Amino acid sequence: MLGKLSWAAIPFDQPIPMAASAMMIAVIAGVVLLIVLKGWLPYLWREWITSVDHKRIGVMYCLLALVMLLRGFADAIMMRSQQALAFHSAGYLPPEHYNQVFSAHGTIMIFFVGMTFMVGLMNFAVPLQLGIRDVAFPTLNSVSFWLTATGVLLTNVSLVVGEFARTGWIPYPPLSELAYSPGVGVDYWLWALTISGIGTLLSGINLVVTILKMRAPGMTYLRMPMFCWTALASNLLIVAAFPILTATSAMLLLDRYLGFHFFTNEAGGNVMMFMNLIWAWGHPEVYILILPAFGVFSEVISTFSGKPLFGYRSMVMATMAICILAFMVWLHHFFTMGAGGNVNAVFGIMTMIIAVPTGVKVFNWLFTLFGGRIRYSTPVLWSIGFMVTFVIGGMTGVLMAIPPADFVLHNSLFLVAHFHNVVIGGVLFGAFAGYTYWFPKAFGFRLDERWGTAAFWFWLVGFYVAFMPLYYLGLLGMTRRLQHYDVAAWRPWLLVAAAGAGLIAIGILCQVMQLIVSIRHRRPLRDRTGDPWNGRSLEWATASPPPAFNFALLPDVTGEEPYWSMKQTAIERQQLRPEPAYEAIEAPRNTPTGFVCAFFATATGFALIWYIWWMVALGLLGAFATFVAFAWRDRADYVISSAEVAELDRANRAARRVALVDLPEGFQ
Amino acid sequence: MTETFTDDHAGRGDSAPGDERLDGSGVAQGVLGYLLGLILAAGLTAASFYVAASHLIWHPGIPAALVALAVAQMGVHLVFFLHITTGPESTNNVLALAFGVLIVFLLLAGTMFIMSSLTHTTMPLDQVMSMQR
Amino acid sequence: MTTTEIGAVPYDPYNLGRGQPDLSPGHGAGGPASKRVIVAYGFWIFLLSDIILFSAFFASYAVLSGQTAGGPSGREIFDLRNVGVETACLLLSSFTCGMSALAAGARNKPAFHAALLVTFALGAVFLTLELREFAGLVAAGNGPQRSAFLSAFFALVGCHGLHVTAGMLWLLTMIAQVFAKGFRADMLRRVLCFNLFWHALDIIWVAVFTVVYLLGAGP
Repeated sequence: MLGKLSWAAIPFDQPIPMAASAMMIAVIAGVVLLIVLKGWLPYLWREWITSVDHKRIGVMYCLLALVMLLRGFADAIMMRSQQALAFHSAGYLPPEHYNQVFSAHGTIMIFFVGMTFMVGLMNFAVPLQLGIRDVAFPTLNSVSFWLTATGVLLTNVSLVVGEFARTGWIPYPPLSELAYSPGVGVDYWLWALTISGIGTLLSGINLVVTILKMRAPGMTYLRMPMFCWTALASNLLIVAAFPILTATSAMLLLDRYLGFHFFTNEAGGNVMMFMNLIWAWGHPEVYILILPAFGVFSEVISTFSGKPLFGYRSMVMATMAICILAFMVWLHHFFTMGAGGNVNAVFGIMTMIIAVPTGVKVFNWLFTLFGGRIRYSTPVLWSIGFMVTFVIGGMTGVLMAIPPADFVLHNSLFLVAHFHNVVIGGVLFGAFAGYTYWFPKAFGFRLDERWGTAAFWFWLVGFYVAFMPLYYLGLLGMTRRLQHYDVAAWRPWLLVAAAGAGLIAIGILCQVMQLIVSIRHRRPLRDRTGDPWNGRSLEWATASPPPAFNFALLPDVTGEEPYWSMKQTAIERQQLRPEPAYEAIEAPRNTPTGFVCAFFATATGFALIWYIWWMVALGLLGAFATFVAFAWRDRADYVISSAEVAELDRANRAARRVALVDLPEGFQ
Repeated sequence: MTETFTDDHAGRGDSAPGDERLDGSGVAQGVLGYLLGLILAAGLTAASFYVAASHLIWHPGIPAALVALAVAQMGVHLVFFLHITTGPESTNNVLALAFGVLIVFLLLAGTMFIMSSLTHTTMPLDQVMSMQR
Repeated sequence: MTTTEIGAVPYDPYNLGRGQPDLSPGHGAGGPASKRVIVAYGFWIFLLSDIILFSAFFASYAVLSGQTAGGPSGREIFDLRNVGVETACLLLSSFTCGMSALAAGARNKPAFHAALLVTFALGAVFLTLELREFAGLVAAGNGPQRSAFLSAFFALVGCHGLHVTAGMLWLLTMIAQVFAKGFRADMLRRVLCFNLFWHALDIIWVAVFTVVYLLGAGP
């Protein structure tokens, strides 16, 4: 009846996961109880859970990513403390648990923090920057988000019911084959990632179509803000790379569930093909993460320098070059696999070539800063921290692109230090910059600067203290994923690294404090103008937070940096553009389709993991029924009356008039 | 904005993939297009099956001939069934298709390049396993 | 920017002169495209991703096709007559599917339903033949567990079969919808997307019968 599921699946005998899951359940139960008792549930259901508004969905993505950052960081602290303790001793984490911790850390940080955060920022900002009212397929957007949430849920359920993969963040066979990993851990990974991967693919399609087909009138390709370009490249990569992940996962699933021989050692299966296929997805994935961050930095640096982005066209070229080159370098993740020297040479050279467009970008940012009137607000701090850190990480990457060097450094802590250097210094700093930058647009008040600055410095210093020792440890020969060790020379550096993780923990605490303090002080931090940073692109032309329809009238774009020119014209002429004739707007109705679909996806995924076949059938049937019910509906839109549109837009215009016409010197 | 440019079917418009521009005698012209496609595709399919089973083509050349016929047939499907044209109104559709084909090519060619090199340089895994026993 | 200037520009469909931005909707500077273009383009992008999914299975088939592990090779198990009939079914169904699009364009309900039902029938014949082939192989002990070659074969061809099944499910749903709701704009968009899907499956089948069956059964 319940397949492999029994009470034995819950690890009652292991105190650490039990305590962790008890805490997690307590927090979730507490939040749910609070929501129900305060009577917020109907509001939450109406305005958020069933929402198809790209801004709401973007905010929910970012919130999910922030919560998962806490979970992933808890894993990180456990690993650092384990390695600090486990010198000539077993430490406090048994190997089978330690292996789950590092697998979960990688999986969560890449898929549910990095990806989720970036998709959230793109969802929020891209339609606003393009001057349109929503993404191409609003309901599909909601489905995407809830499927991502399904992946998150399944990954976290594995903490309580059963186990997570012990194979590392990508389950290499033959270790991940049924013969060597008979438990449900790998199945949790595979189904969580397959389901959330479908969500990511759908959101990628959605944003590609939005950018290519829905831009505001006059917004030619070369007038799009840089963030839209990087979002386009990133989503093209999602569309092209995620099917490969789905196919590879499907092959491993067939191996595990039906005894196929794709990656087995027997019957002609080929283990190395897994490395080949998974990295054909995995390398583009790196750029899926970093490209939107590049876009955020471009926006932030140009806004806070008070200058247009230097070398905009070269930036576009570099972005699109990366988009293609990202598919030509994947072998550098497994130089040591045993392919011939010519193969390694080709991919080594390609890897060095892909560093060139990235270098172009760094110089463009530097020249944008050069001669600008820079305001050192938190988003700029993150951007400058990024530039310094990312260049170091990029250089160690180019170093490892040399196959002979890679043979020495492969699988060592040097590699671990390298990818944390680019992922934390690039993706995470970018996410934080974007979070601080667009927060006032989303909620109508700014984040507290002092706590933000403190968070930045703790993160930056903490990062260097935690990961520079790892470079050195790699050179000393320490491999990754060690549960215990007995080399005395490693010990001091591991202690330093643990201290660095502690500093980062303080940084995260500062960010939590920043959020709390900002919410409490939201009145003095209120953004009345809708343009708190003296921005240049269209998202700053609407109110903060924007109305459901974003723009009362689609803006007519006549050049690059459309909002900047609008402001200049208004200041010059000492008046805003004449009030347009307002018309009623049709907006997509909210629908629970995404949520219900994800409910059935969760049931199906869980049932597949535990071999509960009747539940699989029910879940699939439910998902199909949901789609048919959605397809059968007769009214897709509701109408926002012209009076309501006029009222909201007049308020926005009044705020602009105060800022631009009555007090122009404040903006000069 | 002038009327010409807001009309989807104007000279410099934008067409949905799969949508056919039928002028005048609509349906009959459409049927004719599909019929032509069907005949061409059937001919190419028949040629493929015939080439594979006969001695018409020099033996080692058969794979190349089959691939060429398959590519030709895909082209026929794209043109007559999916109505992909070279016109400016389907630039975006063609560009997207080109991107997809490029990725497919990179994945297939890269995989074969890597895996064939690996087969040449390393011992098959089942042999490694049996040596370790 | 005034519209009169644009009207005065000489005819330059490929925008080679680059004198003026392209002002057709969804295509340069013309503002959002029509809903039909957006939906079909989105589905087009999805199909490209689907083709990349297939290319991963093709890549694994290419790598594993020689790994028979003592089991049968393609030449011993493939029945080209069967494949020929399957191919004919799919090709004809592509044609009838196109007819359904034309019927929908002409708002001719009986013709639309007839064309789709024939498409369904042809798809069903295709699936039956494929399943019979699979069942025969499994019964002879040549199931996907036999060798890596057979694993890759079953996965690749089965993935295509799964897509055909999904397409048939979609087709039935759409018949019911058009029956109940008539040719509304959203139904017409779905008909267009279904056409794209079905024709794309046929294109993939061309690759399958060439790479798997003809090259596999060949000398």
